[in-house]
Amino acid sequence: MPPVSPATAPDLWELQERIKGFVTEFELDCFTTVFELIDYRQMCEIAAYGGFPVRYPHWRFGMEYDKLMKSYTYGLSKIYELVINTDPCYAYLLDGNALVDQKLVMSHVYGHCDFFKNNNYFKYSDRKMIDGMANHAVRVRRWMDRQGVDAVESFIDVCHSLDNLIDPWQPFRDALPKKAKTNKDEDITTQELGRIRSEKNYLDDYVNPPEFIAQQKARAAKEAEARKKVPPQPERDVLKFLLEHAPLESWEADVLGIIREEAYYFLPQMQTKIMNEGWATYWHTKIMTTRALEDSEIIDYADVASGVTAMGPTQLNPYKLGVELFRDIEDRWNRGRFGKDWDECDELAERERWDKNLGLGRAKMFEVRKLYNDVTFIDEFFTEDFCRRQKFFTFAQNRRTGDFEIASREFQKVKQQMLSQLTNAGQPFIYVIDANYLNRGELLLAHRHEGVDLQLGYARDTLRNVERIWRRPVSILTMVDDKPKRIRFDGSEIGISDEPEAAKVSL
Amino acid sequence: MISRIDKDHRRFREIVRGRIRENLRKYVSRGDMITRKGKDSVSIPMPQIDIPRFVFGDNQEGGVGQGEGEVGDSVGGEPQEGDGSGKAGEGEGDKSVEVEVTLDELAEILGEELGLPRIEPRGEENVETVRDKITGLRSTGPESLRSFKATFKNALKRQIASGTYDPGNPIIVPVREDRRYRSWSQIPRPESNAVIIYMMDVSGSMGDEQKEIVRVESFWIDTWLRSQYQGIESRYIIHDATARLVEREVFFKTRESGGTMISSAYRLAAELIENEYDASNWNIYAFHFSDGDNWSVDDTAACIKLLRETLVPVVNQFGYGQVESPYGSGQFIKDLRAAFGDEEKLVTSEVKAKDDIMDSIKDFLKGGR
Repeated sequence: MPPVSPATAPDLWELQERIKGFVTEFELDCFTTVFELIDYRQMCEIAAYGGFPVRYPHWRFGMEYDKLMKSYTYGLSKIYELVINTDPCYAYLLDGNALVDQKLVMSHVYGHCDFFKNNNYFKYSDRKMIDGMANHAVRVRRWMDRQGVDAVESFIDVCHSLDNLIDPWQPFRDALPKKAKTNKDEDITTQELGRIRSEKNYLDDYVNPPEFIAQQKARAAKEAEARKKVPPQPERDVLKFLLEHAPLESWEADVLGIIREEAYYFLPQMQTKIMNEGWATYWHTKIMTTRALEDSEIIDYADVASGVTAMGPTQLNPYKLGVELFRDIEDRWNRGRFGKDWDECDELAERERWDKNLGLGRAKMFEVRKLYNDVTFIDEFFTEDFCRRQKFFTFAQNRRTGDFEIASREFQKVKQQMLSQLTNAGQPFIYVIDANYLNRGELLLAHRHEGVDLQLGYARDTLRNVERIWRRPVSILTMVDDKPKRIRFDGSEIGISDEPEAAKVSL
Repeated sequence: MISRIDKDHRRFREIVRGRIRENLRKYVSRGDMITRKGKDSVSIPMPQIDIPRFVFGDNQEGGVGQGEGEVGDSVGGEPQEGDGSGKAGEGEGDKSVEVEVTLDELAEILGEELGLPRIEPRGEENVETVRDKITGLRSTGPESLRSFKATFKNALKRQIASGTYDPGNPIIVPVREDRRYRSWSQIPRPESNAVIIYMMDVSGSMGDEQKEIVRVESFWIDTWLRSQYQGIESRYIIHDATARLVEREVFFKTRESGGTMISSAYRLAAELIENEYDASNWNIYAFHFSDGDNWSVDDTAACIKLLRETLVPVVNQFGYGQVESPYGSGQFIKDLRAAFGDEEKLVTSEVKAKDDIMDSIKDFLKGGR
């Protein structure tokens, strides 16, 4: 797997230098980017490994590989670009691709590199993850040698089952300096068992009547109780909680820690898929159509490019959505179509004419790519105009026929649907509530129900996996068909019971 | 060259086949069996193992799409997460996909997948006749093969492109470069053809599942052999204690019951070949499927005699596939193997479950006969 260099692939090296020139010209800001030339089988292998040359041994990578190779064999799809979030940034080119394809891929990759380097959600990413992944692989293999392949593999399956139970804000919270929890004033009053300071002793009985003191005592007791409660607040980083509180063997803790670390590493990519692909598509289009394309290559380019941004009727194509949104932002900020005046203007003719010639489009785009993630991106820039122009709709299943039909073209409904799909990467909000549920050391989780039930079969099995780690009964509070329920696994049986508390949990 | 992922890949396939990690069986969606769909195409599901997670249930809300249409119009298909034709970094896929391919493509893929060698038609005495057939156009050739239509068409195109064509005065003058000539290619037509004789034990011990295995396996053998020969005939024999020639549909649907005398089938097959398929002109293939529970040792001896004297000498290949049934003793395959250990033309294979079908086909066809 030789990296592209003047010695190994002079044509491609020259191409890369050219594209790099355009990248600099357009002020994209990337880590050093290294392209590797590989054949299709290698491409499937690396893609199966999530872009890394090495991962810990596990069948899930074999499954991904199987799917990719079959897709290629049966002509379903073809991987064009593969690039990872590291410094230096590694990307892969398919050996045998035409030069116009390589140009497109390179331009697209540089777009991604700029995004990885500059978007805030990647700020705490481990850019040396190539070493990280290799290290994880070594550790897992070592455990497999000692504990047996089946035992470790089964345990990894259990960890995978829980790998979406992390807190997206965790990396940012860790970075903030810890504030002291107690408040100085509070200290003084609680010390004196709830007495409010009074200057004169003879006023004491008025200022601190017995009922008041009793009240304060009760309050203090409750707070002390709360501080003892584990976790003191509902905890979203369930994996961390388990690592800290579950009776794990040292190899189990090591493996769980690895899975958690990798989950956090990939999280920003899941949070910014639309923006990232849109950004890269915007730049490969810009570079290709205004700088890099030869006339003879236009048709081939158009063929490939249109495939990438094709929109199926039931598919949200992040490439297409992202690039159109960025183009819309560029256009609007060039023409001054933003701000209070714009928002309040509801005269169609005036809106159509509106053009203040501000030329702020490019700058705004760069700002957006730095600050937003998919949810805030859609929330802010998916406008009614955009929705209408791009012919978006919501679809739903017709209960009677089983067909999927267009349900609405109403802007608010479309936006709402899109946001709910993107929020939390489409995952339910799950928290740890209590590590000493029923005072029996049972674990209590809760699902913050926002209108959609959990998949029950999976939830039951996932609960079993939690029990495997907690080693004592585990429960989860949720809503099923509008009824508050508790699902509990005690180590041998699953039970679902009515649980009014489930409706009262505030998260 | 073994690559790192091969190990993971192999482990995945073993799990899908249920050979290891039994506890994951219930999460496997769609085995990797290929099923026929429509006249010329098949659908190939891709297996997935879906680890359980806390996820949302019914996708009652549907999704968002783009395009033309009124409220109430159908959008067709299942809602999917699209990711264009490329990925950046980790991607999540969780639907099992079906894809349609034509039978020809399938045969090719099967051949590649199983590493099947192309079949060499037997016998040097087979004469190939060669036909010349007009198949297209060339830009050079003898004047006797001029194609006036094509020539003038070209000239017209050229004149329009260069602007010298006047619709009011439509005169076309072909130039040297416009001239087109009919061209031909040689189509070989082998005299020899192929016939496959399928024999199946339909005694009481062959259940529906066993018949299903036979059906799938013969479909594959059929598909592959069809792609290797111009014309192919299939003949079907079913037997319990007696044998008879039947049509394809009957072959797969019959439920007889009774004892099993395999020799009846072999005898009938031998007769069929003698009456209708001259071995010097035909490439003959015979496949017999049974659960291996023959009536008696004497009958087995008769089978072996029939094979040795009348069947094996005239066939390209004789394949015996033994399916597993709760009632069969499975003795027949052992007897065959004992008698014909070195005989290249006779191949035996055990097909215990659907997952073994592919391996069994490979066993049968890897000889390239």
